[in-house]
Amino acid sequence: MTPAGQRSALLDARAITRALDHMAVGITELAGKDGANELMLVGIQRRGVELADRLSALIASRTGAPVSRGALDITLYRDDLATVGPKPLVGETRIPGDLSGKCVVIVDDVLYTGRTIRAALDELADFGRPARIGLAVLIDRGGRELPIHADVVGKAVTAGPGDRVDVLLTEVDGRDAVELVTGGGA
Amino acid sequence: MSAPALAKDLLGIEHLSAEQIRLVLDTAEPFKEVSERAIKKVPTLRGKTIVNLFYESSTRTRTSFEFAEKRLSADTVNIAASGSSIEKGENLVDTARNLEAMRIDMVVIRHPASGAAEFLAKRIRSNVINAGDGMHEHPTQAFLDLLTIRDRLGKIEGAKVCICGDILHSRVARSNIWGLLKLGAEVAVCGPRSLLPRGIESLGVRVFRRIDEAIQWADVLNVLRLQLERMQAGFIPSLREYNRVFGVTVERLARAPRKTLILHPGPMNRGVEIDSLVADGPQSVILDQVTNGVAVRMAVLYLLAGGNPERAEAAKGGAE
Amino acid sequence: MKPIVLRGARVIDPSQSHDGVTDVLIEDGKIAAFGRGATRDGAEVIDVSGKVVTPGLIDIHVHLREPGREDVETVATGARAAAAGGFTAVCAMPNTDPVTDNQAAVGFIVKQAEAAGASRVYPIGAISLGSKGQQLAEFGEMVGAGAVAVSDDGKPVVSSHLMRTALEYAQTFGIPVADHCEDPTLFHGGCMHEGVVSARMGLRGIPSASEEIMVARDLLLAELTGGHIHLCHMSTRGSVELIRRAKERGVRVTAEATPHHFTLTDSACLGYNTNAKMNPPLREDPDVAAIRAAIKDGTIDVIASDHAPHHYDAKEREFDDAPFGIVGLETALGLGLTELVRGGVLTLPELVRRMTTEPARVFGLPGGTLKPGSPADVSVFDPEVRWSVDAGAFQSKSRNTPFAGRELWGRVERTIVGGKSVYAR
Repeated sequence: MTPAGQRSALLDARAITRALDHMAVGITELAGKDGANELMLVGIQRRGVELADRLSALIASRTGAPVSRGALDITLYRDDLATVGPKPLVGETRIPGDLSGKCVVIVDDVLYTGRTIRAALDELADFGRPARIGLAVLIDRGGRELPIHADVVGKAVTAGPGDRVDVLLTEVDGRDAVELVTGGGA
Repeated sequence: MSAPALAKDLLGIEHLSAEQIRLVLDTAEPFKEVSERAIKKVPTLRGKTIVNLFYESSTRTRTSFEFAEKRLSADTVNIAASGSSIEKGENLVDTARNLEAMRIDMVVIRHPASGAAEFLAKRIRSNVINAGDGMHEHPTQAFLDLLTIRDRLGKIEGAKVCICGDILHSRVARSNIWGLLKLGAEVAVCGPRSLLPRGIESLGVRVFRRIDEAIQWADVLNVLRLQLERMQAGFIPSLREYNRVFGVTVERLARAPRKTLILHPGPMNRGVEIDSLVADGPQSVILDQVTNGVAVRMAVLYLLAGGNPERAEAAKGGAE
Repeated sequence: MKPIVLRGARVIDPSQSHDGVTDVLIEDGKIAAFGRGATRDGAEVIDVSGKVVTPGLIDIHVHLREPGREDVETVATGARAAAAGGFTAVCAMPNTDPVTDNQAAVGFIVKQAEAAGASRVYPIGAISLGSKGQQLAEFGEMVGAGAVAVSDDGKPVVSSHLMRTALEYAQTFGIPVADHCEDPTLFHGGCMHEGVVSARMGLRGIPSASEEIMVARDLLLAELTGGHIHLCHMSTRGSVELIRRAKERGVRVTAEATPHHFTLTDSACLGYNTNAKMNPPLREDPDVAAIRAAIKDGTIDVIASDHAPHHYDAKEREFDDAPFGIVGLETALGLGLTELVRGGVLTLPELVRRMTTEPARVFGLPGGTLKPGSPADVSVFDPEVRWSVDAGAFQSKSRNTPFAGRELWGRVERTIVGGKSVYAR
């Protein structure tokens, strides 16, 4: 058995780049299904925002058209606020323009229980009525507690309930890596 | 190191750390955006019941708290002193215990007696937020003043802030003094000596006898409301003379070496402590204060909510 | 009643300048003999070796609330609280409802005290009718009924003319006029000492000058009239200095200080502790130091408790609205022993003097001595026992003390009034 707290690499920087390329294609295809609907990427604070930035650049270079981006902090929509303390810091929420009629793709680093995405869906609904909402995640680690699935996945991994998946990004952490922390907690 | 957090209650600024004050100000930032949304409501405090217990009339503070509570989806009940059991002579403890028996989560209290919020907090399990107690503290007013200054000057540290007027009877002054000092501002007060508490210097503030000296020195003037009752009580001879000697006027501001920022907690006595041209002028941030008031109150409600300090405590322990 | 021998204690009697191990014989309600081996056939011998025996402690300033507020204290419960505190006699202030301002009201207190059969209670009559500060009460009639002094305590005598006439008129009867010194126009809704702590707490302050102005006036009037002014519960360094100078020039002034004023400062009010709300208010460190020095050098003659019971509901409220005052009878000796004797301010005999011989002298009371032939009022305490103040265990009906939970030295073992044990552990 691996000792608790031991880190092992799931993706290195090059693998992340490949995964993002793959995701950019997937998102373009997803948006393409709806024809003329304008695409908007909404990153979930904190690393989803950085991933959305990278993905929008990749998509723009492919399609030649700029992709609008937003940021969403779902803290205020969490279903466990009454029990967490101290209260988490709330990050910025920035949704440019009206969402009505757009194809919104939520971008996050790790998909696990699905509760964050449930909160994000609720929050997005307060900003308008998109034609369609999709979900793109860098890592799907399984372990869903809600009927939610990702439309675009960079890499699917298997992690136990006691493990933690850390996504590290250069913009925030100084390097690109995805690591599994055994027994590190979710 | 554990992340900063607030205690069960918000009773004043005096006993908060600089980290806790910054936490509130930083938390207020994202809440500003919520009030700009088309749907100005998030579900954060859904199912929480908040009582606004106002023993003194107050339009601005009560409305601001009510907006903050509603934008966080809390259920709110307003109780004013007149026309309630309070008017029938019920004491504060009994009122609070009766409310608590109805399973409320938070009490926002405004009361004419200094210490009333602390008194209540020691006797009930709900979170208590002090919305102004006598001449003691008005912490959310200090937060919104601090946030407004920080928005405009970029930082509080090193700012020279002079609080002008009736310091003796002012809870706004006390809360501001503590908050500004803790965040590294230089603080002064200016007003007639009859309206300054004895020993005010020992809190670490300087005293200006003349408003012109204060204007020469300050980056920010926080002009307090002069209660009309002070005249009858013999603290000052007349409002006219007060305006002549201590009023913040355009002429006086024009002699300032810099663009002085003008704050006022409201409601204003135009032509007494502040001239209309100043209040409505480009240096006034009085309406920004009001806007920020809702954001800081949302932040405080968010940070205190939970109503389950044991579990919060346990969760905190786990993070360390 | 069987004769009693108190055997083997350290007996301190300032009236005889005695401090040493000896025996005391009590017979027929009087001190019958004083000295090693004093005994009588058939006497009950009480071994009090290791303890201290003194003349009965006297508290010249208490509020017993009867008539009017029998729910918070009565003459009987107050007299029992006194006994439990080691006091064999107390002087009851007249600010009852109705005010003790006439012969009948004074007689009522005397009668209630006799019925209680605990410590002695000497009434103090009002200076003015209803303590309203206008018309003099009948001093002579009240003295005839048992009053030992006059005072409008609880309120100052605002009119200088009234104070002057009271000081003059009281001389006929040889009683002191006791004043609660406070300038009501400076008081201005204050609820604690005016200083840095009140500024922080946002509470209206009572400046030291409020007391000192009246002290100065009273001293001048005592000098003018030759009357005996007794200044109650002195709290400020300024008051102490005024009294010291007046005594130097021969003014007939006596003064008292309370245990709380020589123990606590205004910071006891922090947290809006209504049990630290009293009038005069708790002052600052230099004031406490000045009060202690004044007790030491005799500028302050007497330690008195200003025992002021209040219902717990009345104190369980906002600081502004809570009443002034604390109970003090059952903590006074312990605070004196702990703060003054163990605190290095007084010797034990000096403390005993300020609580026995001096109060008897100031108010012209019997007692305060163990000389053979005097009433057998005796206190026995163990200065080496440490105890924790438990307000719930008070004999007083009220619990409003800022000293709850405080560790004090010196426990009362036995209180004897007129040869009868009215309190024994």
